[in-house]
Amino acid sequence: MKETQTIQTQTTTTTTTKRISGSEAVVRCLLEEGVKVLYGYPGGAIMPVYDELYKYQDKIHHVLCRHEQGATHSAQGYARISGDVGVAMATSGPGATNLITGIADAQIDSTPMVCITGQVPSHLLGSDAFQETDIVGISTPVTKWNHQITKASQIPEVIAKAFYIAKSGRPGPVLIDITKDAQFEEFDFKYEKCTGVRSYKPVPETDKASLKVAAELINNAKKPMIVWGQGVILSEAEAEFKAVIEKAGIPSAWTILGASAIPTSHPLNIGMVGMHGNYAPNVLTNECDVLIAIGMRFDDRVTGDLSKYAKQAKVIHFEIDPAEIDKNVKTDVAVLGDAKASLAELLPLLNPNSHTEWHQKFKDLYTIEYEKVIKGDLHPTKEGLTMGEVLKEINIQTKGEAAIVSDVGQHQMIACRYAEFNKTKSNITSGGLGTMGFGLPAAIGAKMAAPEREVVSISGDGGYQMTIQELGTIFQQKTAVKIVVLNNDFLGMVRQWQQLFFDKRYASTEMTNPDFVAIAKGYYLNAKRVTKREELADAVEEMIASKEPYFLEVCVEKEDNVFPMVPSGASVSDIRLE
Amino acid sequence: MENEKQHYTVSVYTENNIGLLNRLSAIFQRRHINVESLNTSASEIEGVSKFTILVNVTESQIKKIIGQIEKQVEVIKAYYHTEEETIYQESCIFKIKSDLLFEERQIQNIIKESNARIVTVNKEFFVLEKSGRRQEIELLYRELSAFGIMQFTRSGRIAVTKDEMKISTMLEAF
Repeated sequence: MKETQTIQTQTTTTTTTKRISGSEAVVRCLLEEGVKVLYGYPGGAIMPVYDELYKYQDKIHHVLCRHEQGATHSAQGYARISGDVGVAMATSGPGATNLITGIADAQIDSTPMVCITGQVPSHLLGSDAFQETDIVGISTPVTKWNHQITKASQIPEVIAKAFYIAKSGRPGPVLIDITKDAQFEEFDFKYEKCTGVRSYKPVPETDKASLKVAAELINNAKKPMIVWGQGVILSEAEAEFKAVIEKAGIPSAWTILGASAIPTSHPLNIGMVGMHGNYAPNVLTNECDVLIAIGMRFDDRVTGDLSKYAKQAKVIHFEIDPAEIDKNVKTDVAVLGDAKASLAELLPLLNPNSHTEWHQKFKDLYTIEYEKVIKGDLHPTKEGLTMGEVLKEINIQTKGEAAIVSDVGQHQMIACRYAEFNKTKSNITSGGLGTMGFGLPAAIGAKMAAPEREVVSISGDGGYQMTIQELGTIFQQKTAVKIVVLNNDFLGMVRQWQQLFFDKRYASTEMTNPDFVAIAKGYYLNAKRVTKREELADAVEEMIASKEPYFLEVCVEKEDNVFPMVPSGASVSDIRLE
Repeated sequence: MENEKQHYTVSVYTENNIGLLNRLSAIFQRRHINVESLNTSASEIEGVSKFTILVNVTESQIKKIIGQIEKQVEVIKAYYHTEEETIYQESCIFKIKSDLLFEERQIQNIIKESNARIVTVNKEFFVLEKSGRRQEIELLYRELSAFGIMQFTRSGRIAVTKDEMKISTMLEAF
């Protein structure tokens, strides 16, 4: 009786709060934010949180990765396919520093991610303690926001803020560093979601006047062209975007991260811009009269030589991040705001149009590209296998429904050029940072976030070996990703540059590779190697039909090059077909 | 004009948080821009800090830098102003041997003419303070260095703008 009395008193005095440890609070905060899966690696300074993850394992699934870099890429893959915030966790010191590549990747590719790191106890900060590193200092230039917690009571507010900042506006990575004493400390837990930060305006208001000017320019254009980026996908503006381009009849090209926002087969989808993009949109960038950029940032891989980029065109830039306006390309009209809202408002202002003659120009140039490049890539007559024909087989077997997770290099360009996408959020690749090793762990995260979808990881033999240890994660988690390695025994993209610009001096690009199939089998994965064209279709079919993870190595032509190509520093219209 | 370098005073209103200085300085460092002076202090608004940063860059550079600064979550607002648009000052202090004050008459004249102020005098040294434009401070430095300066420190630029900043109204809107 007396005991009950005590408990009642406690509940009345604490009403909505409950006394718990900082580490339990971390897990409770993650649950409050709807986190179901997180990726990480335990260690001394984060052990209290892992102890709580053990207790809460029926509510939240912690995936033990094989390296912290893998954890970040898995969290990124999770975020990219779902639009939700990916979560990665690591201990202090080397655990924390191993996150940096993934964080930098998420920063430049605007991926919502929250990383939580353990830190030495606060009384040891600055003493060069075991596994102490200034991770807040180190991660500052590559995070959207970061913060160190030294008191348990700060945990709810800071984690709520972290999720809000990571996801809102232009998304990005946030790192929260928590000292070990704060994890042990008990406090009265209460969680409130963050709905705003005084100094931070995630979405600028759409200016109606500039929207009107933009609409007028588009309506009067004879040769308009759109280049869209990931902004369309991040703001889930796919439907609004499709309505706009269909009404105004504007040929539309994508940046690498914009791929899959509308189906590949859409008649107004004219392909990829940039260094290894399609011929027509690159050449005609320098012929269009109005260039409409939507949710993209004019990266140098997209623009080539800026002094010769679309100089004849009026440039309209739809963008959520004011810092992107005029950063690389001077715009005539900037429409700030969220793409979804801006495009919805733009639609009624547009006149219906079809621009038939202008479209014909794209078709004519496509025919040239088809004859010179695409035909040989997809329907080769030479003996060696091409990367393109592997993609073609994957397209056939997945009917364009798969999410393609690529790594970085030649295979990535081929995957982006030839993969057929029917669904949005299906092209998961490291665009801005170009992180080799991204693909395999990102595919794990993607498959876990969307288990109903086919997820095909495509890597080269180089990048694959940078995070090959994540095969262990796949084996332990039984994640049914399909892993394709396009093996040319070279760091192919660098070798291509060496061939074209360094007189074929193949400095450190030839790889003596291990038996990849044996390695996959070592992790008890189904695995197969294909070296001949006649084996390819069946092997891809078998892989896609598999309900389990499956590894397929395809030995491709060793010294194939990716074309078209805008040589570094050249104008986009000087794109080479051979 | 856009591509001519000149001095800009950057004023950044921020939340008062650890680590923001690192975040802001990284923006300059990444672009290989030398910060000529930096001052951080309280602002006219309670709880809001102000960074005053002096750089010598082109206008197109400064516009991009302001964009990058404003993008930081804990930055409330950032501005850039030319010399003509601000009232600005620096201040400096000199430590000089006390003997000189009595033995060299000219030092007293220099102090008087430069509108410098003696902060303290003791047997060994006296301390001189002077606020003003960089040129005035440099002139005083040259004049005094002939006699020997024990220590010298100049502060970063502090500035107010001729225009209104409207930070308070901005914060009320939140």
